[in-house]
Amino acid sequence: MQALRRVFALNQNASWTRTVLATQQKSCLLSSSSILDIGIGLSAEKRQIQELALTFTQNEVAPHMQKWDAEHIFPVEMFTKTAALGFGAIYCKEEHGGSGLSRLDASLIFEAIATGCVTSSAYLSIHNMCAWMIDSTGTEEQRAKWLPQLAPMSRLASYCLTEPGSGSDAAALKTTAKSDGNYYVLNGSKAFISGAGATDLYLVMCRTGADGPKGISCVMVEKDTPGLSFGKIERKLGWNAQPTREVVFENCRVPKSNRLGPEGSGFGLAMRGLNGGRVNIASCSLGAAHASLLAAREYMTVRKQFGKQLAEFQALQFQLAEMAAQLVSSRLLVRQAAQSLDSGDPGAPAVCALAKLHATEQCFDVCNRALQLFGGYGYLLDFPVQQYLRDSRVNCILEGTNQVMRMLVARDIIGRLGDA
Amino acid sequence: YIHIINKADMAASKGLKILVGCKRVIDYAVKVRVKPDRSGVVTEGVKHSMNPFDEIAVEEAVRMKEKKLAGEAVAISVGPPQSQETLRTALAMGIDRAIHVEIPLAQLEKLQPIHVSKLLAKVCESEKPDLVILGKQAIDDDCNQTGQMLAALLDWPQATFASKIEPSQDSKQLRVTREVDGGMETIDVSVPAVVTSDLRLNEPRYATLPNIMKAKKKPLAKMSPDQLGVDLQPRQEVISVEDPPVRKAGAKVESVEDLVGKLREKGLVK
Repeated sequence: MQALRRVFALNQNASWTRTVLATQQKSCLLSSSSILDIGIGLSAEKRQIQELALTFTQNEVAPHMQKWDAEHIFPVEMFTKTAALGFGAIYCKEEHGGSGLSRLDASLIFEAIATGCVTSSAYLSIHNMCAWMIDSTGTEEQRAKWLPQLAPMSRLASYCLTEPGSGSDAAALKTTAKSDGNYYVLNGSKAFISGAGATDLYLVMCRTGADGPKGISCVMVEKDTPGLSFGKIERKLGWNAQPTREVVFENCRVPKSNRLGPEGSGFGLAMRGLNGGRVNIASCSLGAAHASLLAAREYMTVRKQFGKQLAEFQALQFQLAEMAAQLVSSRLLVRQAAQSLDSGDPGAPAVCALAKLHATEQCFDVCNRALQLFGGYGYLLDFPVQQYLRDSRVNCILEGTNQVMRMLVARDIIGRLGDA
Repeated sequence: YIHIINKADMAASKGLKILVGCKRVIDYAVKVRVKPDRSGVVTEGVKHSMNPFDEIAVEEAVRMKEKKLAGEAVAISVGPPQSQETLRTALAMGIDRAIHVEIPLAQLEKLQPIHVSKLLAKVCESEKPDLVILGKQAIDDDCNQTGQMLAALLDWPQATFASKIEPSQDSKQLRVTREVDGGMETIDVSVPAVVTSDLRLNEPRYATLPNIMKAKKKPLAKMSPDQLGVDLQPRQEVISVEDPPVRKAGAKVESVEDLVGKLREKGLVK
């Protein structure tokens, strides 16, 4: 069995650095502390799903995390393997190959995979979000055509909302889709699109009507459509295992049958997609923080200064305790947001915004503190915490900046001033 | 007890009925710690999973079903209530149904292969499998006894340390390749038989989400040692469990002469 073989290989470690690194990979699954138990509060059934994702991550994702980052590899083969387990369309209906599971199951899976590579988990969550948008809003033909390809991840999807001139002010987007018989002609560009150039299907929010959100529709554009091109691959602080590029439309003709939902419904669809997307990206932050915290804990039992293990210094113990408070509070809030979505709670969007706000910020801080606990070694690219830090930083920005999240949360609080 | 099966061509029959044993053990990657009272190792709050050799056994049973060599595969686990999680994993890998022989906590620590093999033998009497596949040994006690004892109790042939299982040339037996100290040994065994799995038999699959969901509906029956009429009196008493001695530093020598000299000094060579 692969696990046993790797155990024997790891026994050949000579250097101290490699010894520390070798124990990092295994630490995520093995916490015997109930506070840091990644399955806290979960039923046996949910734990089984989480276990599958964690084991897969330990074997197929974590060992490659640093290489994918250093060499800027988009690990398509690994995604195909995740899809074979049912991770490609987790909360889509089973009819066309989805797994028919809940937002909570999805959160557990993305958190687990993020312990092995935040970037890959993030892309997987974006693909899942796109698949769901088609599954929930598409016509029978659209669902029957696309889901059998998206669920196994034989085709990959990207979500295109942001433009150079409209990020937080998403409804001000300018990409136009002018009607021309049975086609739309798209003109404009999208910015910061994850997976652009490497994916096959682009869900594009574009303007079919007047200004404002009600003039926006969602149109699916297949790669190789004439008039579709891409900007250069952006050089980023993190998320290097994924190409991010501008997507450019120049008189790009797309059949009207590729429109998802009625004209003018695109913005609402995009926002509904983002509710789940926020839970998912927050889940990725949880994975990064979990891995970083366990790595720091492990390091503190190995590293000695002043004749004592770092773990014996109270100031550092208090760091771990505070990090645990940040991680576990975030975890519980994210899972609650997932459950709110699952139960159709009308207040769910605000809970999702709150969870995204809290988890992405707190978990980034956990990664930052973990890096500090590693001392000088934390700054070296050989050690994984710097990658969790770099990869989780953007989670505070995308899927709605944390400033927009504050707006949404405040609106929910004040908007209900009329209630008791 | 003797169980005679129709020795007709295996390919033409309904397929073998397989019973697979799985044990819940401390996960291979855990840093095991000895309890302060030296009565055993710490198990509470520690990650457990299916014995890796048993995962291989489960995988082999599922593959034999897929190749139509086997018709039904049943998983069995002897252990505490949490053994049900282990059985659910087996079901999610493709096993048809599961049996849990629940051992009360008081008797769990003193459970030995002799007890487990007797329990399995009793279950074989009612289930009448054609083939029992067990992991060659559990990674917690490394006993490597249960399969052999079971075969002896049932008076069935055994093929241990299997790295390959296939129908024999005349399709009336199983041809098993065994990994032994001298290399590989290939034997033909008639069924019913006991086979134990070794590392290179196969690489176990991951469960998939749809299979995990389907597994929830598969039957999981519970039994007790009393129902099976097996006495769990321990035959051994563990006196103490200790850490292995801390490894001492070695010494480097410059030449073969030096090496031989040192070995002589230590009285290891005359």
